[in-house]
Amino acid sequence: MAETVKKIRLATVWLGGCSGCHMSLLDLDEALIDLLTRADLVYGPLVDAKKYPEDVDICLVEGAVTNVENLELARHIRTNTRTVISFGDCAVTGNVTSMRNRIPVSDLLNAVYHEVSAPIGPEALKVLPALLKKVIPLHQAIKVDLFLPGCPPHPERIAAVLQALVNGDDVDLPADMRTFG
Amino acid sequence: MSVITLTINGELVSARSGQSLLEAIRDQGISLPTLCYLDGLSTRGGCRLCLVEISGQARLQPACTTTAGEGMVVVTHNDKINRYRKMILELTFAERNHTCAVCVSNEHCELQTLAAELGMDHVRYDYLNPQLGIDISHEKYGVDHNRCILCLRCVRVCDEVEGAHTWDVRHRGIASRVITDLNRPWGESESCTECGKCVEVCPTGALFDKGMSVGEMKKKTNFLRRILDGREKNQWNR
Amino acid sequence: MNTVDLQHVAEEEQQRQQQLNLRLFLCYSTPCLSAGAERVKNALDGLCDELDEEQRPTLEIVATGCMGPCSRGPLLRLARCDEPEEIYEKVTPEMACNIVRAALAAQSAAAEPLPSDFPFFACQTLIALENNGRIDPEQIIHSIARGAYSSLGHVLHEMTPEQVCNEITRSGLRGRGGGGYPTGVKWELVRKAQAERKYVVANGDEGDPGAYMDRTIMESDPHRVLEGMAIAGYACGAEQGYIYVRGEYPLAAARLAKAIKDAERRGLLGSRVLDSSFNFRIDLRVGAGAFVCGEETALMTSIMGRRGQPVPRPPYPAQRGLWGFPTLINNVETFASVAPIMREGAEWFAGFGTEKSKGTKVFALCGEVVNSGLIEVQMGTSLRDIVFAIGGGLPDGGTFKAAQTGGPSGGCIPADHLDTPVDYESLQALGSIMGSGGLIVMNETSCMPDVAKFFMEFCMDESCGKCVPCRVGTIEMLELLTRITDGSAMDEDLQTLEDLCHLVQETSLCGLGMTAPNPVLNTLHYFRDEYLAHIRDNRCPAGVCRLDQVPLLKLPEHAEQLTIFKEEH
Repeated sequence: MAETVKKIRLATVWLGGCSGCHMSLLDLDEALIDLLTRADLVYGPLVDAKKYPEDVDICLVEGAVTNVENLELARHIRTNTRTVISFGDCAVTGNVTSMRNRIPVSDLLNAVYHEVSAPIGPEALKVLPALLKKVIPLHQAIKVDLFLPGCPPHPERIAAVLQALVNGDDVDLPADMRTFG
Repeated sequence: MSVITLTINGELVSARSGQSLLEAIRDQGISLPTLCYLDGLSTRGGCRLCLVEISGQARLQPACTTTAGEGMVVVTHNDKINRYRKMILELTFAERNHTCAVCVSNEHCELQTLAAELGMDHVRYDYLNPQLGIDISHEKYGVDHNRCILCLRCVRVCDEVEGAHTWDVRHRGIASRVITDLNRPWGESESCTECGKCVEVCPTGALFDKGMSVGEMKKKTNFLRRILDGREKNQWNR
Repeated sequence: MNTVDLQHVAEEEQQRQQQLNLRLFLCYSTPCLSAGAERVKNALDGLCDELDEEQRPTLEIVATGCMGPCSRGPLLRLARCDEPEEIYEKVTPEMACNIVRAALAAQSAAAEPLPSDFPFFACQTLIALENNGRIDPEQIIHSIARGAYSSLGHVLHEMTPEQVCNEITRSGLRGRGGGGYPTGVKWELVRKAQAERKYVVANGDEGDPGAYMDRTIMESDPHRVLEGMAIAGYACGAEQGYIYVRGEYPLAAARLAKAIKDAERRGLLGSRVLDSSFNFRIDLRVGAGAFVCGEETALMTSIMGRRGQPVPRPPYPAQRGLWGFPTLINNVETFASVAPIMREGAEWFAGFGTEKSKGTKVFALCGEVVNSGLIEVQMGTSLRDIVFAIGGGLPDGGTFKAAQTGGPSGGCIPADHLDTPVDYESLQALGSIMGSGGLIVMNETSCMPDVAKFFMEFCMDESCGKCVPCRVGTIEMLELLTRITDGSAMDEDLQTLEDLCHLVQETSLCGLGMTAPNPVLNTLHYFRDEYLAHIRDNRCPAGVCRLDQVPLLKLPEHAEQLTIFKEEH
């Protein structure tokens, strides 16, 4: 029997972002199939697991840290992951998610849940996790090993990074694959 | 025209006498980052990205405001300078709200390109998230202070090339803002000639043509050389 | 007026003064005025009016500039012929009248004067301040009687410009604005520069918090500064001088304006100064409230009517200054030292101070000291002598913790180094600077990170905004210091802060940014444990900081810190 190579344990996480980065991940198309021969997707919005597992090799974190839940999850990811990647501009810079930083949190919630009738209404406030005063990029909450910018990052970039990591190579993107935006 | 020789990164090279060190370095095909510098405008030495090491000088010097000198020994890149350049870019990004993803100049922005080129992949300082406005009172152009890096190319081109001096700066330090006509809305400016030079020389999406959407604003700064050379050769006065 | 006339006028005035029976010098400088000197003056004037015809002409009240121990104001100095002078402190109108009545009746007054060997005065060496408190700064005749413009006359008629520069070089005088550049070398550079025009500029844009040396000199003895500038003008070949006074110093500006006019009227400035072929005009320029304009290149752009921002050096002002012409720019205190050097000779001046720092330096001594005020000491005087002998130690049994020198560009010198001689090199070796002369004494209730934060806030506010490291770096350093002092800092913030300090120091365009990190780096060097106590133990050893915030990472355990929308609606 052929020797079974240990598969890489890959997780993806969706914090304060629009899920566009995950869409871009899906846009890897057939490359995904190749990737999944080398890696197991152990956690993320694309799979069923309810709890972030232990001993994860690579985690792509989409989105900025905007509330206490994000912060707790980020800390949990850090303790259980070897390589944490800030995945997309929101995680790297705060990006659009952080545009609320210029507005006091109370004004913000007022505007969203009281002054206009949001689909879930004022009662949503009871179940919403507490918002941080300011949205922060992931690396201000936990140590980040790699930055993969883009809004969303082009599938090419994602492929280049994941391929290098899966192969155990250093990640060295050319300048035109490192731009924000 | 006399020629001088100097050493750049260990190579003996020649330059024109009176040439700026920046030009001399770039003439050697070495890429030296700049943001406030623009060929054709007066030099300013404010962005601090073109700092280089010159033997015999205790401090790093901006290449743009330094005249190349006979026998100078210059180092344009080393670990320290590279690190400092990155840190300076980080500070520039932290200062205002450069949300590249939703910028008219996305993918055509000098700041964005430089960050990628210099490997500035994240900002370790607190984003300041200032409350800044956008002035779209002008019929043709707009200014988005969120994206302004205070390079003052607009101020200089308006003063030195167009001769209108519509642009200037108010306040100081972190509170500095570019203003039109003693801080009146751009649309009410009496001195603005609507020439659009400021928009073209702006390195970011701070100045833009109205109606542009994300990533649509492409700027051309090469017009400046053409105008200035033409002026010098008296091409416009036939 | 020629030199003989000048001599004649001086002698006449000296004789007039000697004939007076009683001269009352009332300190009329800003600190004493705020302590009520004006009311004292009114009372004394009233008393004068009551005197009989015989007594009145024998008495003179002189409203002078600063006498020194500002915390003891209002100060009144009594000079009777053939008797030692007496100085009274904290004088009230009633006290003043009693003192004068007693003096007129040749009795001893109820109030006690300061002892004649009062260490505050005894430990000082007055050169730049020699006339302070002895003349009415608005009366040119008082200055002339004390020798004003005689050095200028001597220089103009007896010396070549080259000799003047040499004399200054030999005196060892160095820039008193803080840089410590040899003054003679600078003069020589401008003298040798070939140009159609040259300028002399006096920098009176003193902005360091707590420092008021230059203000006092300009307010108390304006002619001294003008004379120094004129001598410099002759030595360098300049016919035009500018004196740039901080906008917050209206009294200094007014006195200088009057002094310039008075000197011009007497032919001591203007065309054909003292009947020589030398012309020298001085114009006053008043700043608009920007600290950065104390930086020489920014100051010059301000004089030229442009936005007060620095430009990269080189070229130095001595090569390309005002309107592109060679310009000599010195601090007000430097100019104030010039006339005595020319009068007494370079060797005399070089006899004071240390090997590398000659002469004297004026300091504004303030903070936690018994006697705060303006002092002038020989270079090389130990910090201990300044704080404990002249300053009289700390009040209320306080313990000396540190002395801050050099304002926002300087640093704190801890108690271990109290015996350091105060001169340019020694202070620099301790990571501080001489600076313009602010000296703030701190006791154990001062928190060093908080002190650093104060100065950083100052620099952030005063940054002109031209270069990125200073404009953004100062506010980011302030953010980090704020975190340290409010309890929300994490270990790695200290490293980020230090790295940023080095960046701003090495890459800023002008001195403001280059030196803005000094108070942080210096306190980190001597008081690192205090920073660590804030960050690791959530404790402020001095008990200043509230430390009521928590680090971001601990937020989930401190939900009360979050701005959460409660159900108020």
